[in-house]
Amino acid sequence: MSTMTLAGSPVDVDAEGFLEEPAQWSRDVGADIAARNGIATLTDRHWLVVDYMRRTYLETGAAPSIRTLGKASGVPIKELYGLFPKGPAKLAAKIAGIPKPRGCI
Amino acid sequence: MAQRIVILGAGTGGSLAANRLRRECGDDAEIVVVDRDDDHVYQPGLLFVPFGLADPAAIVRSRAGQLRPGIDFRIADVDRVDAERSVVVLGDGTELPYDVLVIATGAELLPEETEGMTGPGWGDSVFTFYTLAGATGLRDALRRFRSGRLVVNFVDLPIKCPVAPLEFCFLADWYLHKHGIRDQVDLRFVTPLDAAFTKPAASAHLAGLLEQKGIAIETEFATGEIDGAGGRLVSWDEREVGFDLLVTVPPHGGAAFVARSAGLGDDLGFIPTDPATLQAAAAPNIFVLGDATNLPTSKAGSVAHFEGETLIQNVRRFLAGKPLEATFDGHANCFVETGFGRALLIDFNYDQEPLPGHFPIPGIGPLPLLREARRNHFGKLMFQWVYWHLLVPGRALPGISAQMRPRRAGAVKPNHRGAPA
Repeated sequence: MSTMTLAGSPVDVDAEGFLEEPAQWSRDVGADIAARNGIATLTDRHWLVVDYMRRTYLETGAAPSIRTLGKASGVPIKELYGLFPKGPAKLAAKIAGIPKPRGCI
Repeated sequence: MAQRIVILGAGTGGSLAANRLRRECGDDAEIVVVDRDDDHVYQPGLLFVPFGLADPAAIVRSRAGQLRPGIDFRIADVDRVDAERSVVVLGDGTELPYDVLVIATGAELLPEETEGMTGPGWGDSVFTFYTLAGATGLRDALRRFRSGRLVVNFVDLPIKCPVAPLEFCFLADWYLHKHGIRDQVDLRFVTPLDAAFTKPAASAHLAGLLEQKGIAIETEFATGEIDGAGGRLVSWDEREVGFDLLVTVPPHGGAAFVARSAGLGDDLGFIPTDPATLQAAAAPNIFVLGDATNLPTSKAGSVAHFEGETLIQNVRRFLAGKPLEATFDGHANCFVETGFGRALLIDFNYDQEPLPGHFPIPGIGPLPLLREARRNHFGKLMFQWVYWHLLVPGRALPGISAQMRPRRAGAVKPNHRGAPA
């Protein structure tokens, strides 16, 4: 674990840059994480996913999988890959300030 | 009056729960078990069918035949569970009231959820070995297969027995060697994960085995489409892997009635369940075990067996008006076939990674953990007998406790309890 400054405030992150403490998150922190991961501007479509992700995590303690995102976030899977290249569930979780979704076994 | 326990599903979890509850409660409880058919498939056997190592007919038995006398077994579809009224509504409208409901309806394959999976090529160049029909068709296709690219893939977690696709790779390597055509075949494992497996310690070991056997691995491949006619797997981010023969594992979801039952399941049809007591989030008198839960442990028969202990005690405590016990620790263990008559064994729980050592007795064994051995292969073969004669009847397995044994203290790496992907 290490501390870094995002959008002007100190936050605790893990080795891969996921926030350790979701309470340290703000929308500005989210935008800063996005910028550092190749997404210069978060559009309304990005926020739809990020907000859904964060809300679901805070309510259930579990980050939704890509299939759940495709079914329930209001953004189809194909578009998710356009918005969050490579791994949408992982990247959206990082921007939403929640822990890395773990593959369940 | 006897209290009524209704059990949905007569596979591994449902049968062992029914048998143990019948034995322990006797006539104090009326036990009704519902399943849609009378075919209990020994699912670990499906892996062996494509290679001619198991006869398809020999791995299926009557569900009713596995249940103790005095258990009322009914063949019916389930329309829905009405948790508020404590009633199961069957497909024909019959209502089955319960005092306690045990849900053990497992996971369903959803091949139609992946574009093109059941299109051209399905049953011809595209197969899954997760069904009896698929495994049998694949056996015939492998007999005809002479050269080209054989791709083994799964679309997304969770899947039943998540090591099975890897085991298929290892056995295919052995099978192709045996038939003298291994050098004619490009064998490739395509996974949505960022490594060979979900658990880091086991993953490193399994990746080493893949490399050693010359099996290529393509990671972080999120399958969006299967083009059977063109022989291509296409990912959501537009990567492609060509194949001549594809062995795929479709996405899984919970049983269809879950989605028709208000408040019972999650988006994928799995049932939110307390990880330690196995009580459903939906209602205090519903308990869940096996693949039907949303728990972050393997969807595997060994887990259903280990859960059985906690579930039986908690159903009995609930009926007696006592507080539940939070005793389930996520214990799973799996024999992993690695080909050429060898297998390795992994043992883990919610918090503890698979580690080297011996099972079931630390330092003694007889089975080595996380290491290939002939003894583990025989362990896996012998397991079919154990399954029908000890596990499904709900008897104790000698020397194997429901909770994972603590290992050498210094070697335990904490592992944050995570959520299902």
